[in-house]
Amino acid sequence: MRLSLPYAMSVWRRNAAMYKRSWKLNLLPNFFEPVFYLTSIGVGVGAYISEMAGMSYAEFLAPGLVCVAAMNGASFEVTYNVFVRMEFEKSYDAMLTTPIEPIDILVGELLWAMSRACIYGLCFFVVVSLFGLAAFPGALLALLAIPLTGFLFGAIGLAFTMLIRNIDLYSFYFTLFLTPLFLFSGVFFPLEERLSGLALLVAEVLPLLHPVRFARSCFLGNFDFIMLWDLFYCVALASLLLWWAQKRIRIRLSE
Amino acid sequence: MAEEVKAVSEEDAVISLQGVGKRFGERWAVSDFDLRIPRGVTYGLLGPNGAGKTTSLRMIYGLTEPTSGSLRVFGKEVRENVRAVRARLGVTLQENVLIENLDPRENLAVFGRFHLLRGKALRDRIEFMIDFLELRSHADVPVRALSGGYKRRLAIAMSLMNDPELVILDEPTTGLDPAVRLALWERVRELRARGKTVVLTTHYMDEAERLCDRVAIMSEGKCVMEGVPSELITTHLARETIEFDCSVKEEGEFLRPLEDPRARVRVGRRLMLYADDTGVYMDRLHQREGADCRPFIVRPTNLEDLFLSVTGTSLKEVE
Repeated sequence: MRLSLPYAMSVWRRNAAMYKRSWKLNLLPNFFEPVFYLTSIGVGVGAYISEMAGMSYAEFLAPGLVCVAAMNGASFEVTYNVFVRMEFEKSYDAMLTTPIEPIDILVGELLWAMSRACIYGLCFFVVVSLFGLAAFPGALLALLAIPLTGFLFGAIGLAFTMLIRNIDLYSFYFTLFLTPLFLFSGVFFPLEERLSGLALLVAEVLPLLHPVRFARSCFLGNFDFIMLWDLFYCVALASLLLWWAQKRIRIRLSE
Repeated sequence: MAEEVKAVSEEDAVISLQGVGKRFGERWAVSDFDLRIPRGVTYGLLGPNGAGKTTSLRMIYGLTEPTSGSLRVFGKEVRENVRAVRARLGVTLQENVLIENLDPRENLAVFGRFHLLRGKALRDRIEFMIDFLELRSHADVPVRALSGGYKRRLAIAMSLMNDPELVILDEPTTGLDPAVRLALWERVRELRARGKTVVLTTHYMDEAERLCDRVAIMSEGKCVMEGVPSELITTHLARETIEFDCSVKEEGEFLRPLEDPRARVRVGRRLMLYADDTGVYMDRLHQREGADCRPFIVRPTNLEDLFLSVTGTSLKEVE
């Protein structure tokens, strides 16, 4: 069955209607988080670091943290929230009594995850800009990294959700997958200065590395061909996982 | 039965199942199911838990694919026309699926958008459904604060947002108080009066008898009986029932001089005899026991008797 965008958007609207109820409460913490990160690690730890990869530590940190915010924003939606809607609230069972098809649900949820990623990521971006850490106009292109990260981690999380049967497995997803990515994807230190040769090539599999590198290049105004590889990686991996997830959600929802 | 089925032609049938079966692993949840539901009738799908009612409904609205057989809704093969078929039907699931943090109006809006309703059409339809299921006094209260009766009414209202021609209700009144049940029956009759086809499952035989023009009784995945409730009762059992407590030994002794009843069912010590005239059994009781006659009840035979005689396992039916 082919995707129908209007139906996918009606799924998106369902989540948006719920978010609308509490957006004021939801939005505010998004601003505090980056302020705390930047003052603690950027300014606090940064005081002991004269420079990193040729810039101040706060400058180094800023683009990566924007991507991490987008990653987290998307991840919570497509993990716990989608699982609860699918298995406990049976929301999808009700949707499937209407002309909505499983693929519309998958895409609607993905678009919603990207929206959440944009809300988180943009809040972070605004704070980073207020700290004077974004060099315009180059940094504007970095805005593209926000939905891109949402797309990538929305797809990864959806594929994982379609795979598992037990909600407790998400603790593995967060502690053994997202946390290491957060720590080792070039957000806190330049991977290319710590690793060499084969190890550096292997590190290219880390999904978060690509949006982070893309965003940092934009922030620095350092446009390079490797950014095309980063874009390609994100779109290709996400598409592959979504293709698998749409087959899987069809089976799962007809059980 | 075969003739009854034939009486509904292919064009009139809103739902038509031919030899439909569904297998889960080794187990056939539904097998060899033939069913024709004509336009405009209220149809009851009855059967004990696990008889295959919900699976049959899920196949009808295209969620579960049959393992075998042919299944047409609105004259269309469901598998190839899922979106088109579902656009014209509405389903109330066994369990309410509501967004607890939103109020009924918002819930209806969300569901209306699933059918691509928007703008004024959506708003008008919401207000219409709020009136139709008498939700106005609670239209702005978060769903989590509503009682079970209001939640059920909202769930039904949601399934009617697209003004469906075919309404599927999976156990619409389970767990509701008598007043809400009566109110919902009235809504079902109203839908029927508006020309809708209604298919419902229920464990309450009084509900089926009062609402349904026709019923199918399912047992272990098969349709074992199909027809008009009152006709089924008189054909397979008898018009009247007399019931009283007695042991198996007493039963033999009691019935020996009499003609056999048309059917009998025993549940523990309780014996139910079905006959077109129960007078002879009443007389026999009085004659045998005089002033100390054991208590007995004479009543019209109902669908529950038929249901038990067909699906019950610890029950005995006289051939």
